[in-house]
Amino acid sequence: MELELRGITKRFPGVVANDDVNLTIRSGEVLALVGENGAGKSTLMNILYGLYHADEGQIYVDGEPVTFESPGDAIAAGIGMVHQHFMLVPVFTVAENVVLGVEPTGPLGRLDRAKAHDQVEEISAQYGLHLDPEALIEQLPVGIQQRVEILKVLFRDAKIVVFDEPTAVLTPQEIEEFFKIVESLKASGRGIVFITHKLTEALRIADRISVLRRGQTVGEADPAEIDEVALAEMMVGRPVQLVVDKEPAQPRDATLQVRDLHVVDPTGRTLVDHVDFTVHAGEIVGVAGVQGNGQTELVEALTGLREILGGSVQVDGVDLTDSSPREVHQAAVAHIPEDRQRSGLVGAFTVAENMVLTRYHDDQFSDGIRMDWDTARSTATTLVEQYDVRTPSIATPAGTLSGGNQQKVIVARELSRDLRLVIASQPTRGVDVGSIEYIHAQVVLARDAGAAVLVVSTELDEVMALADRVLVMYRGRIVADLARDETTHNEVGLYMAGAKQQEPA
Amino acid sequence: MNQPATLTDAYLDLAGSVTRTPDQVKRSRNLGIAYFVLAVVTLFVFARGDGGTSTFGLGGDSTFGVPSIPLAWICAVSFAALGGVQISRGTGRWQSALIAAAALLFVFTLMAWAAAGKQFSLTGTLHDALKASTPLVFGALGGIMCERSGIINIAIEGLLLAGAFTSAVVGSVVNIWVGILAAMVVSGLLALMLAWLAIRFHVDQVIVGFAINFFVLGVTSFIDSRVLTRNPEYNGTGTISQWKVPGLHRLPIVGPILFEQTFYVYVALGLVAFIAWALFKTKWGLQTRAVGEHPTAAGTLGIDVLRRRYINVTLAGAISGFGGSWWTADVGRFNENITNGRGFIALAVVLVGRHHPVGALMAALVFGFADALALKFSFLNTGIPSEFLELAPFLVTLVVVASVGRGARVPAALGQPYEEQ
Amino acid sequence: MTDTATAPAPGDATPDDASGGLVRRLLARIDTTNAVVLPLLAFISALVIGTVVIALSDIDKLKEGDIGGILTTIKDAYLALPKGAFDGWRPLNETIVATTPLLLAGLAVAITFKAGLFNIGGTGQMLMGGMGAVWVGFTMNGPGILQVPLGILAGMVCGMLWGIVPGLLKARAGVHEVISTIMMNFIAASLVLYILKTDAFVREGRNDPISKLVTPEGRLPRLFGYLDRPELRAHIGFLIAIAAALFFWWLLERTTIGFEIRAQGANSSAARYAGMRPGLLIMTSFVIAGGFAGLAGASEVLGTQGRATQGFAGDIGFDAIAVALLGRSSPSGTALAALLFGALQAGGQKMQVDTGVPVDLVLILRALIVLFIAAPLLMKAIWRIKAEGAIAGPSFGGWGS
Repeated sequence: MELELRGITKRFPGVVANDDVNLTIRSGEVLALVGENGAGKSTLMNILYGLYHADEGQIYVDGEPVTFESPGDAIAAGIGMVHQHFMLVPVFTVAENVVLGVEPTGPLGRLDRAKAHDQVEEISAQYGLHLDPEALIEQLPVGIQQRVEILKVLFRDAKIVVFDEPTAVLTPQEIEEFFKIVESLKASGRGIVFITHKLTEALRIADRISVLRRGQTVGEADPAEIDEVALAEMMVGRPVQLVVDKEPAQPRDATLQVRDLHVVDPTGRTLVDHVDFTVHAGEIVGVAGVQGNGQTELVEALTGLREILGGSVQVDGVDLTDSSPREVHQAAVAHIPEDRQRSGLVGAFTVAENMVLTRYHDDQFSDGIRMDWDTARSTATTLVEQYDVRTPSIATPAGTLSGGNQQKVIVARELSRDLRLVIASQPTRGVDVGSIEYIHAQVVLARDAGAAVLVVSTELDEVMALADRVLVMYRGRIVADLARDETTHNEVGLYMAGAKQQEPA
Repeated sequence: MNQPATLTDAYLDLAGSVTRTPDQVKRSRNLGIAYFVLAVVTLFVFARGDGGTSTFGLGGDSTFGVPSIPLAWICAVSFAALGGVQISRGTGRWQSALIAAAALLFVFTLMAWAAAGKQFSLTGTLHDALKASTPLVFGALGGIMCERSGIINIAIEGLLLAGAFTSAVVGSVVNIWVGILAAMVVSGLLALMLAWLAIRFHVDQVIVGFAINFFVLGVTSFIDSRVLTRNPEYNGTGTISQWKVPGLHRLPIVGPILFEQTFYVYVALGLVAFIAWALFKTKWGLQTRAVGEHPTAAGTLGIDVLRRRYINVTLAGAISGFGGSWWTADVGRFNENITNGRGFIALAVVLVGRHHPVGALMAALVFGFADALALKFSFLNTGIPSEFLELAPFLVTLVVVASVGRGARVPAALGQPYEEQ
Repeated sequence: MTDTATAPAPGDATPDDASGGLVRRLLARIDTTNAVVLPLLAFISALVIGTVVIALSDIDKLKEGDIGGILTTIKDAYLALPKGAFDGWRPLNETIVATTPLLLAGLAVAITFKAGLFNIGGTGQMLMGGMGAVWVGFTMNGPGILQVPLGILAGMVCGMLWGIVPGLLKARAGVHEVISTIMMNFIAASLVLYILKTDAFVREGRNDPISKLVTPEGRLPRLFGYLDRPELRAHIGFLIAIAAALFFWWLLERTTIGFEIRAQGANSSAARYAGMRPGLLIMTSFVIAGGFAGLAGASEVLGTQGRATQGFAGDIGFDAIAVALLGRSSPSGTALAALLFGALQAGGQKMQVDTGVPVDLVLILRALIVLFIAAPLLMKAIWRIKAEGAIAGPSFGGWGS
C-alpha cells in the first residue's frame, strides 16, 4: 500500500497550519515526521485521519484519489492512529475500548462480551502486548494504556499506522520496547508514520525523515546521512543550541526542606509516599519520572494547592506545611504550573491582568480593597518588554497569544521578583524551540541570582539539560537522588521504570 | 514495562492501600453530629404530647399498632448511640446501610407520631408514593438518556409541561391515546431543538434548557389564558383509570401497592429495566456511554458522535413527553404550570440516582414518598402548617442532593461541545 | 493536537492604544457586534416569533379566516407596547416602576454570571428580602429618615441570608446552583405564604395572605411627589437601582474582590492557583447577588406596593436572567436591558387591556430572547451577518463541582 498526500493546505482563523505539504508513505517502512511544536504535524495527520478536512490538496491511496469524510473512512482505508492524548474511555475496560465501533453483537444488539474478550486476548498474545481484556483503563499506567491504543489499531487491521509523539510518556527502556513493537509492525508489512520532535529517536528508528517547519515541508533527509545538529537546524531554520548554557552550580544553604511528605487522594489512596528531599539555594534540582507517578501532586502539595496528610515542608526555615497558595507566594516562592491553559493563565483576561494574576494582592498593586490598575499596567508594559513577550498590546487577551508567548507571560510574572524558591512544572511543554531556549535561560538566571530551583518534567531530556541534581519519582516515592554529572539517561531511565531503587540513605 | 501483568497487579495493589483522609474523618464527625441532632429533635418533638397507639393499615382489614412515644424513645436512643459510634470510630463500610436504616426508622417514627391515636393506611401511602414518583421516573429517564450521551438536560420541566399540554389538547380534540402520542412527538421535537442548538450552535446547554423551560411555560400559559379558558372543549379528556393486574393484585401488601396502578406505573417500571439493560449490555449502550464519556475517542473510531446524540436526545424528549401526559391522564385536563417544578425534582433524581435508571427509580421513590406523605399528613391534622408540607419535597431534594453531592460522578464530557471539523 | 492549538500570530488586529481619536478608541473598546447588533437581532427575532404565536392562537379569527383581523390585532398589540411604555408621564412612571426591580434582580444574576454561576434564585431572594423590609415597614412608625434606610437594609440583609444557602451548598457540598436555587425558590414561596398568615404579619380582619400596610413614613418617597399627582408611582427605588449598578461596576472593575470574582468565573482553577479561594468567592458572589435581589424585594414592598402579598415578586427573578444575558452582565448593558423589559412590561399591560392579547406574551418573548442571546452563531446564521470576534455565548460548564 502506498499513501500519498499532495499539496495539502489547511487554514485556521489567523494561521496557515499546513501550506502545500507533500508526503508519501509506503508499506514496510518507517517515516519520521519531525518539526517543532506548532509546525503543523498533528494537523496534517488529523487530515490524513479524516478528523480535519484540507482546504486544498488531495490524498491518494495506491494512486487513486480518496476523500476521508470521517475517521470511519480512514479506518476503512486501512489507516490507524495512535494519538498523543490517548483516545481511551477511562471508565471502560480494555476490551470495551478495543471493540468500540466494531462490537461483536448477539440478537437485539446485545453485546457479546465473551467474544470481545477472546478476540482481544488473541491479538494481544499474537503481538506480545500482555494485556488483560477486563482491566479498567483508568487503573492502568500510561505505558500500558499506549499498548491498548496499539491494540485498537491492530484490531482494525490497519496497513498504515500513525504514531503521534508516542514516546513522550515513556521511559528510555520503554521507548526501546516500543521500538521493538514498531519493528515488528514494519516486518509485518505495515507502513509507519512516526511523529516526533525528538531528533535522536527519529534518527534511530526512521527509514526516511520528513521535516515540517511552519506548516511547510522543508525537506527530506536520509537518517544515514544527517546528524542531529543539521537536522535541528533544518527543523528550526537557524542554528540551535542543543545544550543549556550554564556554569557549574554553587549550592549554598538548604532552602526547601521536605520531610516525610505524605499525600493521598480523596478516596485515601496514596499519591506521594513519605517523600524526603532538600533543595539548596543556587542549585537546580530536576524531578524526573513517567507522567502520573505523583509529581503533579508533589508540586500541588508544595504550593498549597493540595492538602498534606503528613510530614512537613519548610522554606528557609519557615514552615509552609499547611499554608495556602497565597502564603506560599508570600514566602517568596514562585510557581510555574504544569498546565498554562488550565491554571497558569486566565485566557479571557488581558496580558496586563494576567501579569498580576498571582500578585494583585501585593501592596504594590492594591490597598487590600481597591486595585491600582495604573501601576499594574505600567508593570505589565515593563515586563512585556523585559521578557520579550510578543503581544500586540498589554490589553490583548492572553488566550490569543501563541503557546510560547503565553508561557513567557507566566515566566515573567513568576520570576520578576526576589525569590527564595522557584517551582517550575513542565516549564516548556508545547512551546517552540526559541521560547524553550529563552525559558531555560531564565530558570538558570534565577538560580544564579541565588534562588533554589525545583524543575519537574516528564521530558527526561529537559531534566538532564537543566538540572544540577536529579531526583526520580516512581509510584509516589523518590527512588533516586543523583548528581547530574555522575549519571546517564539510561540509569535515570531504569529508576523511572522502577527497575532499580536506591537504598534510603 | 518488563513484566506488564505483574506491574498491573502491583499497581492495583497500591490502589487498594487506602488511608482514612482527614476529610473523611471530618465527614464522619459531621454525620455523627447530624445523628445527635436528629436524636434531640426526636426527643423534643415526637416523644412529647399525648402519644397513643398509631394504627397502620396494610390493605384490606389487616392492621398493626405501634405506641408512638416508646417508638420515639427507641429512635432517639439508637440515633444517639449511632452518633457516638460514628464520631468515635466511624462506621466504615456499613455507613451507607446504617444511614438508610436510620432514615427508615426516622420516617417510621415520624409517621407514628403523626398518626398517634389514629388510623394510617401504610399501603395506601406507599401506593400514592409510587404513583407520585411515576412522572419523576419518566423525566429522569429522559434526563439519563440525554446526559449519558453528553448533553445536559435541565429542560425536563419544560418537556414534561409540553407533554402535559399537548396530550390534554390533542386528547380533547381526538382521544387520549392520540394525545399521548402527540405529547411524545412534541416533546421529542423540543428535545431535538435542544440538541440542535447545543450541538450545531454551541449554545450553553444549561441556558438552552433554561430557555426551553420558560418558552414552554410561556406558550402554554399564553394559549391557556387566550384559548383554553374560553374554549373548554379543547381542555377535557377524562382520566385513565387503574388497571388491576389479574391475580397479582390480590397479593397481600404488595398487591395494593404495586398492582393496582395505572398503566403508567407498569410502563415506568418496564422502561427502567429496559434502559438499564440497554445502557450496559448492548452495543447501543456502549457507544452511547462512550459518546458521553469521551466523544473524541468514539469519534476517532468512526462512531458518528453527533448523530448518536441527536437520536438519543430526541428519544429522551419523547420519554419525557410521555411522562408529561401522566398529568392529563391523572387530572383529565391541563392547568397552567401543572407540573409545578416536578421536572426540576426529576433533574435532582438523575443526579442522586447517579445517572443509572435503577438508581433514579430509587431516588424518585424517595421524592414520591415525600410527596405522598405530605398529602397524607394534611389529612391527619398533625398541626404542621400546610405550607411546610408543600415545601417538604423540595427541602428533601435539597438535603438529599447535598448529602450525595460530591460523590456523584457525571459523564466526563457532559456539557462540552463536540467539534467535528 | 497541540500543533493546532497555537493561536493567531501576533501582530494583527487590535488597535494601538496610543493612536486614534477618542471616538475611535471608544468604538474599538465596545465590541459593536456582540454588544449591540446581536442583542438587537435577538430582540427582533423574538418579536417575529411572538407575532406567529399571536396569530396562531387567535383561533376565533382563524376559524373565520379573518386574516385582516389578525393582522390588525398584531399591529394594535405591538403599537400598544411602546405607547403603554413611553407615551406620557403615567406610562413613563409605569416603565420606571417595572424597570427598578428588574435592574436590581438583573444585577443579582449578572454578578453570578461574572463568577461563572447561574443564579435562578432571584425570586426566592426577592421574596425573603421583601419579608424583611415589609416587617420594618409596618412595625416602625417613623421617622422616615430612619425607617426607610432601615427597611431597605432589612431587605438587603434578608436577601443575603437567603442567597448564602446555595453558595454554601455549592462550595461545601458541591450542589449545583441550578438545582439549589430552584428548590430555594419553591421553599421561599411556601415560607412566605406561611409567614403572611402568621399573626405578626397578617392584616387585621383578613384571612388571605396579605401583610399589614407599610406605614406612610416607611414608604419610599415618590420621585415626582412634587407634582402632586398620586398616579405617578415611580419612587426612589429607581435611584437605588442605579446606585447599585454603579456599585456593581466599581466592585468588578476597581476592587480586588471584583478581580477575584472575574477570575473565578473565567477560569476557576487558575483562580485557585493564584491564591484566590473559589469556595469563598462562590459564597461572596451569592451573598452579593442575594443583597441585590433583596433590594429589589424591598423596593417592591416599600415603594411600589406598600404591602407584601404571596406573589409580589412575580416572575421578576426569571425576567432578571433574560435581563442579565441581554445586557451581557455589564452594568450599563444590564441597565438598558432592564429598561427594555420594564417598558415591555408596562406596554404589555396596555396591550392586554386594549387588544386582549395576554400579557403572558412577554413570558414567551423573555424565553426567546434568552435563547437567541445565548446562540450568537444561530443569530449569525439566520441574519447572515459576518462578524469577527467572540462567537461563544455565555457558558457554565457542566454539573461537576
